[in-house]
Amino acid sequence: MAERKGMEVSIAIAEAASACDVDCIAAYPITPQTHVVEHLSEIVADGDLDAEFIPVESEHAAMSCCCGCASAGARTFTATASQGLALMHEILFIAANLRLPMVMVVANRSLSGPISIWNDHSDVMTERDVGWVQVFAENGQEAVDMVIMGHRISEDKRILLPLMVNFDGFILSHMVEPIEMPTREEVKKFLPDFEPQQRLDIDDPITMGPVGMPVVYTEAKMAAEWAVRNSYEPMVEIMGEFEKEFGRKYKPVETYRTDDAEILLIMMGGIAETAMTWVDKVRDEGVKVGLVRFRMWRPLPVDDFKKAIAGAKVLGVLDRHFSPGGPGGPMAQEIKYMLYGQDHAPKIVETVVGLGGRDVNFSDFDQIFDRCKEVLGGAPIPPFELIQVRGGHYGKA
Amino acid sequence: MEKLNVFASRLLPTEDFVCSGHRACQGCAEVLAMRMVHKELGRNTIAASATGCMEIITSPYPESAWRIPWIHVAFENPASVISGVEAGYKALMRKGRYPKRKINFVGYGGDGATADIGLQFVSGAMERGHDMIYVCYDNEAYMNTGIQRSSATPFGASTTTSPAGKVSIGQQTWKKNVPEIMAAHNIPYVATVSPSYPFDLHRKVRKAADVEGPAYLHVYSACPTGWRMRPELAVQIGRLAVETGVFPLYEVENGKYTITQSVPEFRALRDYLKPQGRFRHLTDDVIDDIEVRLRAEYRRLEAKVRMTHEEEV
Repeated sequence: MAERKGMEVSIAIAEAASACDVDCIAAYPITPQTHVVEHLSEIVADGDLDAEFIPVESEHAAMSCCCGCASAGARTFTATASQGLALMHEILFIAANLRLPMVMVVANRSLSGPISIWNDHSDVMTERDVGWVQVFAENGQEAVDMVIMGHRISEDKRILLPLMVNFDGFILSHMVEPIEMPTREEVKKFLPDFEPQQRLDIDDPITMGPVGMPVVYTEAKMAAEWAVRNSYEPMVEIMGEFEKEFGRKYKPVETYRTDDAEILLIMMGGIAETAMTWVDKVRDEGVKVGLVRFRMWRPLPVDDFKKAIAGAKVLGVLDRHFSPGGPGGPMAQEIKYMLYGQDHAPKIVETVVGLGGRDVNFSDFDQIFDRCKEVLGGAPIPPFELIQVRGGHYGKA
Repeated sequence: MEKLNVFASRLLPTEDFVCSGHRACQGCAEVLAMRMVHKELGRNTIAASATGCMEIITSPYPESAWRIPWIHVAFENPASVISGVEAGYKALMRKGRYPKRKINFVGYGGDGATADIGLQFVSGAMERGHDMIYVCYDNEAYMNTGIQRSSATPFGASTTTSPAGKVSIGQQTWKKNVPEIMAAHNIPYVATVSPSYPFDLHRKVRKAADVEGPAYLHVYSACPTGWRMRPELAVQIGRLAVETGVFPLYEVENGKYTITQSVPEFRALRDYLKPQGRFRHLTDDVIDDIEVRLRAEYRRLEAKVRMTHEEEV
């Protein structure tokens, strides 16, 4: 068992990618970047990782270049955030539909405008439909482990999809946390060399990315649906193998003190760390409340989620993004999709918090919890609320 | 000594890697040029395509005209994609996970994909020094989508977004000089080629493949459909383009300019414009103005040849 060392999470993620012995890293330094690729370039420059570091001229080129690397059969890694992810948008779909394995870490940050480099989930939530496997890390260790599992999942011949590891920008990316970093030898046992199913090979020429006429397009999309949906079982299996190898257990949906809880707060990412402390405090006061967190987001772990919330009467959903003029936050929408028409479905209190780097703290959890209690007591379900707005909130605008 | 290279049709490779059965228009000189390029590059080549004519005509699933590994990702990015393929193989060969061998990495796109939407991507890949060839097949407009103007459309040409009208002569800007932009990247090899001069084309493709580092080829690609021209004139119009000074054939080797197809006396520009419907509206005054500017550009090219050869002495 490796020792735990204090590391900035971005640096730890770079070390994890290095431990995975990646072959190619294509990245752009801005829009906005983290220390992930900076540190990777240092590792390569010092000769500690034998890889091609490709300093491309934009995030769009980064994703395009990654498609090239993966189609050559190289283990491929990149990192981005915010505007950079948005700039990649077009190519994300193509990477998935070409079934190109790669891992991208996204330090989740808000989209402009106004321009902001701080944390929320507006970057990734606008990329829900791209056909990638998407996971959310809560802390540094989880982000590190997800990078290692990510390559294994992405390259698994039953999956063969690009994978996005989301971790909160700043509140996680620039935080120093205790990390247990597996060595390259330990990782190699869990993650063997990448053997591509298909590659651009001069000995066995293939045509990749042909034109999809209307006669085949629908079938191609069906294949994409199967690919992501069917990645669930092998992902769970790989998480199990990771636990055997490294002793840390990961599930598609995480729960915290949900036993006998009537009210559950639902969230993803780093704010769950604060929320767990808050749950402890409220539980100590004798209130039955718990927390449910999505780790796996694509494929959507429907059954795990339903199991996690079984018995709850009110769900307080904390989204970090919303669709203006639309149906509120993405997580709440999808939870409604999962529960619609179900007998005794819990009531849902939808909130949007922590936009553009606004801290989410105990008083916010208190406020959302109060709303949940009112609904539990029979009050009408309020419309989705953008809380933390100075001078009022959306519901009362 | 290299000038003594002998080319003859019987000495050219017989094998083709862009195969017949594709869906190009009659008289398409772009696919003709692409066939020649790949004939010279041979089997050990991987190609990345931009979205465009040469992508859709060769890859309507489940058909493919390609006998080499080929990938299409998007419109603007074949230079980035092929740079990734090159980097991937470089890493794999160095790490002993793929046998060491010479592979030609080729990215290509039309003039829109190169001069407009993809200029940044081509520039980035060239600047990074990948061992790759980028080929621009220039048919001087967005032909695949219906003949819209690009920044490589010549002055005066009528297109669907630069139509000639009562108060417009059509395209109102001068053609963007992409080979010069690429030469300014100080890459080892830049050349203009035309399928109407096949031996010149084969020789330059060979040089581009043999050079270490990035090479750029700008290919004159006559488009009878978009140029409103009889399809059987496609090869002839390419010769006229050179003979009238519209498209000089030259190369830039490590900064040294050489005109590879000298034109002792230019033919009248009208001979080139007349068969093309896209120029039919041009008046004599405008044609004269174009000719004056073309001659000035050619003199500038000749000056570069002299200057860069003098430097050597």
